[in-house]
Amino acid sequence: MRPMDMTAVELGTAIREREITAPEALQAVFAEIDRKEERLHCYITLDREGAVRRAEAVQKKIDAGELTGPLAGVPLAVKDNLCTAGMLTTCASRILGNFVPSYTAEAVRRLEEGGMVLIGKTNMDEFAMGSTTETSAYGPTGNPWNAAHVPGGSSGGSAAAVAAGECFLALGSDTGGSVRQPASFCGVVGMKPTYGSISRYGLIAYGSSLDQIGPLCRDVRDCAAVLEQIVCHDTKDATSVKRNDTDFTAALAEGIAGMRIGIPRDYMTEGLCEEVREPVLAAAEVLREKGASVEPFDLGLVEYAVPAYYTIAAAEASSNLERFDGVKYGYRAGDCTGLHEMYRKTRSEGFGEEVKRRIMLGSFVLSSGYYDAYYLKALRVRTLIREAFDEAFASYDIILAPAAPTTAPMRGKSLQDPIRMYLGDIYTISANLAGLPGISVPCGRDGKGLPVGMQLIGDRFSEKKLLRAAYAYESARGAFGICEEVR
Amino acid sequence: MSVNRITDETIEYIGILAKLALSDAQKEQAKEDMGRMLDYIDKLNELDTGDAAPLSHVSAPENVFREDAVTNGDERDALLANAPGEKDGMYVVPRTFA
Amino acid sequence: MGKEYETVIGLEVHVELATKTKIFCGCSTAFGGAPNTHTCPVCTGMPGTLPVLNRRVLEYAVSVGLAVNCEITRVCQFDRKNYFYPDNPQNYQISQLYLPVCRNGFVEIETDGGGKKIGIHEIHMEEDAGKLLHDEWEDCTLVDYNRSGVPLIEIVSEPDMRNAQEVIAYLEKLRVMIQYLGASDCKLQEGSMRADVNLSVREAGTDTFGTRTEMKNLNSFKAITRAIAAERERQIDLLESGAEVMQETRRWDDAKGCSYAMRSKEDAQDYRYFPDPDLPPVRIDDAWLERLRAGLPEFQAEKAARYRAQYGIPDYDIAIITASRHMADLFEETVALGSEAKKVSNWLMGETMRLLKEQEKDPGDIAFSPAHLAKLIAMTDAGEINGAAAKETFAAVFEQDADPARYVEEHGLKIAGDPDALRRVLEEVIAANPQSVADYRGGKEKAVGFLVGQTMKAMKGKADPALVNRMLKEIL
Repeated sequence: MRPMDMTAVELGTAIREREITAPEALQAVFAEIDRKEERLHCYITLDREGAVRRAEAVQKKIDAGELTGPLAGVPLAVKDNLCTAGMLTTCASRILGNFVPSYTAEAVRRLEEGGMVLIGKTNMDEFAMGSTTETSAYGPTGNPWNAAHVPGGSSGGSAAAVAAGECFLALGSDTGGSVRQPASFCGVVGMKPTYGSISRYGLIAYGSSLDQIGPLCRDVRDCAAVLEQIVCHDTKDATSVKRNDTDFTAALAEGIAGMRIGIPRDYMTEGLCEEVREPVLAAAEVLREKGASVEPFDLGLVEYAVPAYYTIAAAEASSNLERFDGVKYGYRAGDCTGLHEMYRKTRSEGFGEEVKRRIMLGSFVLSSGYYDAYYLKALRVRTLIREAFDEAFASYDIILAPAAPTTAPMRGKSLQDPIRMYLGDIYTISANLAGLPGISVPCGRDGKGLPVGMQLIGDRFSEKKLLRAAYAYESARGAFGICEEVR
Repeated sequence: MSVNRITDETIEYIGILAKLALSDAQKEQAKEDMGRMLDYIDKLNELDTGDAAPLSHVSAPENVFREDAVTNGDERDALLANAPGEKDGMYVVPRTFA
Repeated sequence: MGKEYETVIGLEVHVELATKTKIFCGCSTAFGGAPNTHTCPVCTGMPGTLPVLNRRVLEYAVSVGLAVNCEITRVCQFDRKNYFYPDNPQNYQISQLYLPVCRNGFVEIETDGGGKKIGIHEIHMEEDAGKLLHDEWEDCTLVDYNRSGVPLIEIVSEPDMRNAQEVIAYLEKLRVMIQYLGASDCKLQEGSMRADVNLSVREAGTDTFGTRTEMKNLNSFKAITRAIAAERERQIDLLESGAEVMQETRRWDDAKGCSYAMRSKEDAQDYRYFPDPDLPPVRIDDAWLERLRAGLPEFQAEKAARYRAQYGIPDYDIAIITASRHMADLFEETVALGSEAKKVSNWLMGETMRLLKEQEKDPGDIAFSPAHLAKLIAMTDAGEINGAAAKETFAAVFEQDADPARYVEEHGLKIAGDPDALRRVLEEVIAANPQSVADYRGGKEKAVGFLVGQTMKAMKGKADPALVNRMLKEIL
């Protein structure tokens, strides 16, 4: 088997069994990058020389028996909002165009500790604000299955890189669907675990109460393997939770007999594209054949999730992004006569339009006189949404839904109408509002050959159930494959 | 037509709060965008949230503390390496005193 | 004129807590480091970093709250206060608005006007800001984040004070109490205790409040007293001339003796407080609260009562000694080593206070050990050194916690212990001064003083004058 046809876990095994070395695996990835990156632009930063050094060092440790993990020697790509010591970290923004952190995000650190080889930083929507990877200050990313289409977002670079074989596995972040939606658009597996499961230390915050790091992978087994390494309590993140149920790989084979799956009727309405509905319902049928019970139910409150989400996310973002001011790091505008002019020019020149739009909205909903009416109201709605999910999970183990209402749109079509773009998040954002885990698994293609993703949402800490169901489906479905040639 | 008419004063005020300088065209665009977005958010008012408590934190771990012991050394040079302006081990900014 | 005005004052007191590390990161809070050497990615607001609360900060805050009779908020939370300024690296300060850790307390003060309760509205925890230095040479400002993230509590009083005397009494009471807790050294001059004065005036007899101003930059009790007088006068002048008092923050310039408004059109004063999503709520359960309550020290009033009963020293001494827990501890430990209470008290009230005042220090700065003071007292009691030598030795004890026995030895201050040596010198003095001897024998008692002086001179001061006197009389 060619290295590029292997999953991350298969490659890790091949490296452990001396069939291939870490530097050789790296060269295989570079070959794919050389063939595709010019058209796709998955990466903002590629550190080939550093990666070669790291791969050689890792190989030595593997040879010495010091590294024995399932992913040791496997190349890794990381979304550019995760800090990496000594490596440019831009958040796809001009304002961090020259920022080189002195520290590494905890999730990345843990993967490197396990022997993964960091090769670069992937493209994304600026500060993770967007659903198409078109708001990046460094140019858009193409969908590997059809480069005229977007890869989704905001972790579009990570999803596209995995789908195109430009890496084996990537980390993204998911604030309102930013891992699951691009996974769906690019035909890879993407998972957002329960809020608090993966340390946010070193993840440049967008909406802190919603943000969660998640992996983008070739298959469900890869997803379980990477989660085993990064789901871990971290004393540097006060929202990090302690868990002892992280043997995800072992859970995969348990099957889904008797599992109760609910499909929200209010998700399968006229807003949902027929080319998505059909494969998602067909996937549900596969799960039924595998022993699960599947039935429709009314979730409720669906139309309130998007406005509640954008109020909360914008409020938190407006505060989180205050630190980008030209004082301590990043871009500083020239020719300023005073402090406040320096602030204003730096931020106006440093941030893109979508980021400014959300900062302004967030500043407004928190401002004197509007806090109760907008921000607090949204937090109360969030409670109701969480309660609606609690109620659903009293009857169902898993909620099955599309990851997005459509397949990947054409590039250049989404940004003109922000509210319409925001509505594209309708199936994913509730999991963030309620802190729930969700996974997107490829389940078909539209007429143009663009992938469709099925989403599974579980109760807090029910990752194992999600992985079991996703794995059962994936085993029945057969290989989805990576994209050989960019169209 | 937007119900939430954002005035010039409001945009001016938000520019001060958020430290953004907007051109006239950008201000017009911002007024329209924000008005539309607020109209959309007003949908939340259809919902009687009753006595639902605001949910600001979705994970509620046990109390999380650090113990009071020094764990950090001198990281000044690594931190200052990113500073747009540096002098004598300090960050340089335009004068703040009148 | 003719209208009588009443001054209404509330205080916002910031106290820097005596933790080893900052409130949200493991950086040292020690003073005196080179700029930015006590900083890390967290306290310089680097992207992606997160705060984690220092347990000691919460414990100190709750202890202070218990000491001032507050209700403790069982689930408290941190909020972000958003404003742009370079001393604030995140451009938001982590503070508490909606659920502060303590509420509804009071302290009792004594002034010439009698006893009075001053209400405490709330106490909240927050982080301090960095320091800004103006660089005249390059006409820019330099930022040092060593103080950024140092833990503070802010104690907000009710508007219950009516004059500067009450304000000072209130601050003194807080200071002593917090020092007793060991939660802070509370030094106004060094900024570890900072008081902002909220002041309004109203016609006497009315019960609605006037518009208040907030006065900042008050670095001493004297400055506070002067600022209160000046602000009262400024507001009355405004009202008398038919103008209005603006609600604003003002900065006191102690050198000029006046204040000015700190407003700028770039400051909207709209802090957009909201719960910090990075810091989950903190739950304070009964068991923890009881542990903290049990850990409260004996405060000044109780200690004074005990001293009265146990040591029998004057009230005046007790007031001075118990004004500082450190001094009180030193007193008790020295007495416990066998020294007589009044003698210990005398050293503390006399030489110790004199040297502290001379060096502009306060009792919290006393650095000598009780063992050395006890030894010094024992040596004096045993007649090994005279008063002058004891004073000189004490200065060394005070300065560098010198061992008094060693100091006396090294500086040859010991009273000569060999009576034969003294007798020989006495005989020499008698032989050399026949006239004085004759005068003494002739009934002039005073002549002996001259002979004692000559003997002391010959002994280079290392003799006990009383002993010299007695021996002289014997010989003669």
